[in-house]
Amino acid sequence: MSTAIVELLGASKRFGGTQALNGVDLTLRKGEVHALVGENGAGKSTLGKIVAGLYAPDSGELRVDGVPVSRWDPIRAQRAGIVMIAQELSLVSQLTVEQNVFLGAESSRLGVLKRGTTDRFRALLELAEFDLDPKAPVGTLSIAQQQKVEIMRALARKARVIVMDEPTSSLTAHETAQLHTLIRGLREQNRSIVYVSHFLDAVLEVADTVTIMRDGVRVRTAPAAQETKSSMVEGMLGRELSVTFPPRRPSVNESVPPLLTLEGVTTAAAHDISLQIRPGEIVGLLGLVGSGRSEIARAIAGADPITGGRMIYRGTEVSRWNTRKAIASGVVMVPEDRHAQGLVLERSVKENISLAFLDRFSTLGVISSRRERAGAQELADALSMRPPRIGLDVGGLSGGNQQKALLGKWLVGEPDVVILDEPTRGVDIGAKATIYRLIADLAERGVGVLLISSEHEEVLALSTRAHTVSGGTIVGEIDPATLGVSDLLAHLFSVDLTIGATA
Amino acid sequence: MTTATATPTRISRITPASALLFLRDYAVLVLLGIILLVLAIATPSFFTFANIVNILNQNAPLAIIAVAGTFVIISGSFDLSTAAIYAVCSVAAAWVAVASGSVVLALLMPPVIGMLLGAFNGFSVTVLRVHSFLATLASSLIFKAIAVLITGGALISVPLDGFSELGRGRIGGVFYSVIILFIFIAVMWFVLNGTVYGRHVFAVGGNQDAAQLSGVSVDRIKVAVFAVSGLAAGIAASIGVSRIASGQPQAGEGLELAAIAAIILGGTSINGGMGAVWRSVAGVFLIALIGNGFDILGFNPQLKNLVTGVIILAAVALAAVGVKRR
Repeated sequence: MSTAIVELLGASKRFGGTQALNGVDLTLRKGEVHALVGENGAGKSTLGKIVAGLYAPDSGELRVDGVPVSRWDPIRAQRAGIVMIAQELSLVSQLTVEQNVFLGAESSRLGVLKRGTTDRFRALLELAEFDLDPKAPVGTLSIAQQQKVEIMRALARKARVIVMDEPTSSLTAHETAQLHTLIRGLREQNRSIVYVSHFLDAVLEVADTVTIMRDGVRVRTAPAAQETKSSMVEGMLGRELSVTFPPRRPSVNESVPPLLTLEGVTTAAAHDISLQIRPGEIVGLLGLVGSGRSEIARAIAGADPITGGRMIYRGTEVSRWNTRKAIASGVVMVPEDRHAQGLVLERSVKENISLAFLDRFSTLGVISSRRERAGAQELADALSMRPPRIGLDVGGLSGGNQQKALLGKWLVGEPDVVILDEPTRGVDIGAKATIYRLIADLAERGVGVLLISSEHEEVLALSTRAHTVSGGTIVGEIDPATLGVSDLLAHLFSVDLTIGATA
Repeated sequence: MTTATATPTRISRITPASALLFLRDYAVLVLLGIILLVLAIATPSFFTFANIVNILNQNAPLAIIAVAGTFVIISGSFDLSTAAIYAVCSVAAAWVAVASGSVVLALLMPPVIGMLLGAFNGFSVTVLRVHSFLATLASSLIFKAIAVLITGGALISVPLDGFSELGRGRIGGVFYSVIILFIFIAVMWFVLNGTVYGRHVFAVGGNQDAAQLSGVSVDRIKVAVFAVSGLAAGIAASIGVSRIASGQPQAGEGLELAAIAAIILGGTSINGGMGAVWRSVAGVFLIALIGNGFDILGFNPQLKNLVTGVIILAAVALAAVGVKRR
């Protein structure tokens, strides 16, 4: 056993009325990749943030290199060589790669910047084996490249421990593989990684040790080799549960008139989109991140102006389509980013659920709080939100419950066409099952569903039909019932290559 | 923030943390209570009907502007032009009064003009896409210039009978201005909390993208909050110009910052999305009572601004406590 760098003994942390951590032990050893897994709200992120000094434990002991530490904050953690890479990357997008890497650690004399940090930068590049242009503005880079910048920033601070919070949540499968290669490289340099994630496959692939959290308590710590996906899920949930998909909906007869037809629809970000959605159908859009899936969704939802082609809804061609018209006529989109696009975090669950359909709960512009409360409560109960108190601020809920609130917000209007963009992003397994059932129920009731997800397995398991998307347009149709995820990925990547070649 | 850390909204046990949270949310009321207590004990003349009505009357114009300004701040914008709108409206009312001889027409003009000027601000912010801070800073220069042009830089006295009735008159011992203030507070409270429009104001300030995707006409809401702010400055100007029976381009100087200070002191979030009408009213009267207290207690009036500034800073700093740790 190699030496312990960070040790936590009986660490507890409380936020207001929530006990986020309760007497947790953790030992992080030199040169190990230590994964923290658990449902949303289990305390895995909090634990990671304590290691990185973002939070100090309320009680319990923290030892760094065997020495008990009494005061703990990000600066002390950095001095001890512990750096955090947050889920929302914290780079300054206007500054260049190099400026970001050395931000706060600039070489200067009496505050005047020294020229020629480039050597320092090149040494770091070699250490990390990256290919980044030091002069490129960070805002122009992909998320995966920005993550590399974050890692270099950690290395520039001579980090021995890097805490990564959900590092793969915005990455494609390919980029995830790259990140994992990189993490293994860091491990070989005897650095330690704390890997907070709910992507269990990724955890199994890269971690040496896994700590499973549930309700702020450590369930167990074990070598990753001894864990399987189902053993981890069991530990996280405290019971056995396999992610089961509801039975696939039967395909809808082509003679049924479509609810929505797109003929060569073009917007600023998507072009020449043709597709149909019939009542009771779940149509999947499969593609890599950045392929244009969300842009197609935005066009249908009226979020981006349509500049070419025709969109026919219930037999009538729409004109001057916008979000207001779309919502009023029953076409809604559950957007992919619930924080940036979906919810008003400082407002209550009730207000969030009713926001898009206030007309239903008001007379002549005056809101009936009785009707609003009843409507919101009904959705909150139907989605089994925890806690079921609609007066709470949405921002204080766990990710899974926020996602349920977001779904409730759009379903409260009883829409006819629902576009679901990443409906299960960042939610725990229990919430996922609820959401899958909900999607199937919607189709059962005759709603037309357009389903987009980076978890291709979901799309393949739920869809009645599916299209592949690349370069901002639809490139093919596949039968989700016969295609496996690995076939699909091969398909998607080859499609990307051909597009790249012809462009 | 990925950790699920529920913020407690109901506090059952009183702990230091919950006391701090209460103080954070209701600092303005606590301070208001303290100062009322101090003044009541120190001077028996404070809690007299006449004194209370006087304080309300003096601060009615500012309170009206702050109440409407609350909408602007909640929606995530700033309105720095309320003082300039007040000035334009004042001189316009005086000018119309002198030219037409009609008191009613003269005093109905300011709300209309104010609303139009406010809508112009809304237009700059939405169509021209200028940040509200800059847009209203620029427009206040324009409006002030218009006020000077109308008067030629001089003061327009209104010798009409009855022109001062609105600003100075009373019914049953209560000034008209105080009645207007209470009606305005009630209406605005209801609009903010009870109507679709009010809810949209919160949504635009809390998360503009989400509001847009929810079918809220973000631009229309923004134009409306500036129009309401202008309307309020106009109503305030009607009261103010009637009170002094003359229009002058310097009228209302400093009102815009006093209003914003009161709104923020009341606890409405400068980041938008959170706030309340009663908070701004409390903020206005907290500042007013600090001033009043200096007068009554005979403190050095030169320290008035210093104390007011320190209290505002302390209240806003207190509001930030805990936000960071969430």
